[in-house]
Amino acid sequence: MRRKFVLGGFLLVLAVAALALAGGSAARSEQEPFKVAFIYPGPHDDGGWSQAHDKGRLAIENALGSKVETTYKENIFSSAQVPQVVASLARDGYDMIFGCSFGFFELGVNGQLYKKYPDIYFEQATGTQVKKNQSEYFGAGEDTIYLSGMAAGAASKKGPIGYIVPFGIPEVIRHANAFLLGAQATHPGARVKLLWTNAWVSVPKETAAAKSLIAAGVDVLGQNVDTPAAGAVAEDKGIPWVGYDSDARKIAPKQWLTAATYNWGPYYVKRVKAAMNGTWKPGFYYGTIKDGFTDIAPYGPKVSAKTKAAIAAKKKAIVAGKFNVFTGPLYDQAGKLRVPKGKTLKVLPDLYEMDWLAKGMIGKVSTVKPPS
Amino acid sequence: MNDTLLVIVLADAVLYGTPLLFASLGELLAERSGVLNLGVEGMMLFGAVVGFWVTQRVEGASASVLVLAILASGLSGAAMAAIHAFLTITLRANQIVSGLALTIFAGGLGLSAYVGTELGFSPDIPAKQHFGSVDVLGLADLPVLGPIVFDQSALVYASWIAALLVGLYLGRTRFGLNVRAVGEAPASADAMGINVTLYRYVHVLIGGGFAGVAGACYSLSISPGWIAGDTLIGGAGWIAIALVIFAFWRAELCLVGAYLFGALSALPFALQARNVDVAPEFLYALPYVMTIVVLVIVSTGLSKRHLGAPAALGIPYVREER
Repeated sequence: MRRKFVLGGFLLVLAVAALALAGGSAARSEQEPFKVAFIYPGPHDDGGWSQAHDKGRLAIENALGSKVETTYKENIFSSAQVPQVVASLARDGYDMIFGCSFGFFELGVNGQLYKKYPDIYFEQATGTQVKKNQSEYFGAGEDTIYLSGMAAGAASKKGPIGYIVPFGIPEVIRHANAFLLGAQATHPGARVKLLWTNAWVSVPKETAAAKSLIAAGVDVLGQNVDTPAAGAVAEDKGIPWVGYDSDARKIAPKQWLTAATYNWGPYYVKRVKAAMNGTWKPGFYYGTIKDGFTDIAPYGPKVSAKTKAAIAAKKKAIVAGKFNVFTGPLYDQAGKLRVPKGKTLKVLPDLYEMDWLAKGMIGKVSTVKPPS
Repeated sequence: MNDTLLVIVLADAVLYGTPLLFASLGELLAERSGVLNLGVEGMMLFGAVVGFWVTQRVEGASASVLVLAILASGLSGAAMAAIHAFLTITLRANQIVSGLALTIFAGGLGLSAYVGTELGFSPDIPAKQHFGSVDVLGLADLPVLGPIVFDQSALVYASWIAALLVGLYLGRTRFGLNVRAVGEAPASADAMGINVTLYRYVHVLIGGGFAGVAGACYSLSISPGWIAGDTLIGGAGWIAIALVIFAFWRAELCLVGAYLFGALSALPFALQARNVDVAPEFLYALPYVMTIVVLVIVSTGLSKRHLGAPAALGIPYVREER
């Protein structure tokens, strides 16, 4: 008797649960939110690269409210983890995935993900693989990094300027070259010393790199790595510092010069809207200062009025299309002419295949590539 | 003189060797009592985040806040070790499995990352306090020895005292002798009236405390601040475990090994900054390669000689099995 009662109760609970589930899903399908996911190479709050993307994700939430649902997967430092992450996102019904690092949807088997999930919109930052459901996007970091290099050059007395770099890939090489060329614009003959951490995100390595560069005699620090760790060292040692990706003034209030920053939000909002209303098309987007995609962060106290004016003038010329960072004549480390006078390198393929360091650079390209 | 590569690398060897020294001394105590704890990496990260939390939240004189932070780091490391102790000593679970589980649970993608995120820590939050270098007796500018010996943080000097105390404790005191007995032959120790369970608990917990302090060396001294994930200490916990083997389970050799391995972690950057070209992978792998080489040499060439490993290391003690 008692057993029957328990069984009956159990069945009743099951029935209620089933009803609730059915009711829940029926209610949901009326205004099912568009689900957007982000994959970050570092922590979402790394104070640099991943954090800038996360601000873009929040911009989507602000712009589209309850019509979208967003999530992120952080610390995906190796492309090998990506297929698993995408599989779980697909299971959870995500409609669109932004992969915020080189190779996430491109290196090795990851290049086939778009085929495996034909209904998902893929968007990859910093890559080149455009497919029917995969887009590529990035910003002309070289423009703003050049401008931040101008601030570094002006702050340097005898030099060289130290530059902390992650991996020996074209993106990093063109950024380092842009930084050097910018420094030479305000400080003729400026030299830049490279130090490779062989990691996108590593606070101890970036700290050690900054210390080693200062010990080796650099008088200004710049970086293409993801966290502001070098800034803490710079503040401590009284060395001016140029950051990257995000405004990180508070980590080095005295030594902060500026940083090249990215504003991913407007692009993300536009793409999500397009996917929602069916106007999404694959493409290769390369945002500029003019688009509001790239910019430089507010200056610190060490940047003089004269330098600010020089940077402002150059920025204006870039926006007006009168100046390009990679217009010849440009020479490599060995003094060989790489870009003849009057010629300008194209984004594709030139900038995405750059493998030479400009004249005035100290160091070699690291042989270490991002983990795949 | 003090800008030469050698001096800089040696000074960095002490800086980067200090967390390795603390962590390996802690692991040494636990292993000497017969408990292998592979959770060092996890305990270190948890100690690191808690220590950083204290410096961000507690207002007061720098020195007292930092002492409090170190105590908190030690306690949180010990709290993590208590999980391992309960599982392996009371429940007699497999020590390797429990230790690995502890690293995953407390580590870079686990509890420490959760705590850091909940508290809103990120790398762009400046550290309010950190262990700066102490210019001992004004000798920091002394040629060669100045930067290496007299211009380090208080944690470095504390680690020397810790190494000395652990060495004396294990080698010269009755308690130390008892610990070694528990690690070598727990049944005999038990017969002598030594409380095996109590000894193991105490040493695993103290070992965890040392690991917590080792973690704080990173978040409060080497790169003050917090970042979620496993890059803050980047495998130092595993090196510390290898170091105990490398040091033949002796405190004084832990000191030597820690500085040797510390130099190896500083070397890639110092060499690169001076335009010396060495494959970084080679330098990163060296501590492990050296540990393997030492193990091979000692266990084959002199196979009959005692390596120094406690005989009961890794084996749960069951009183009935006598």
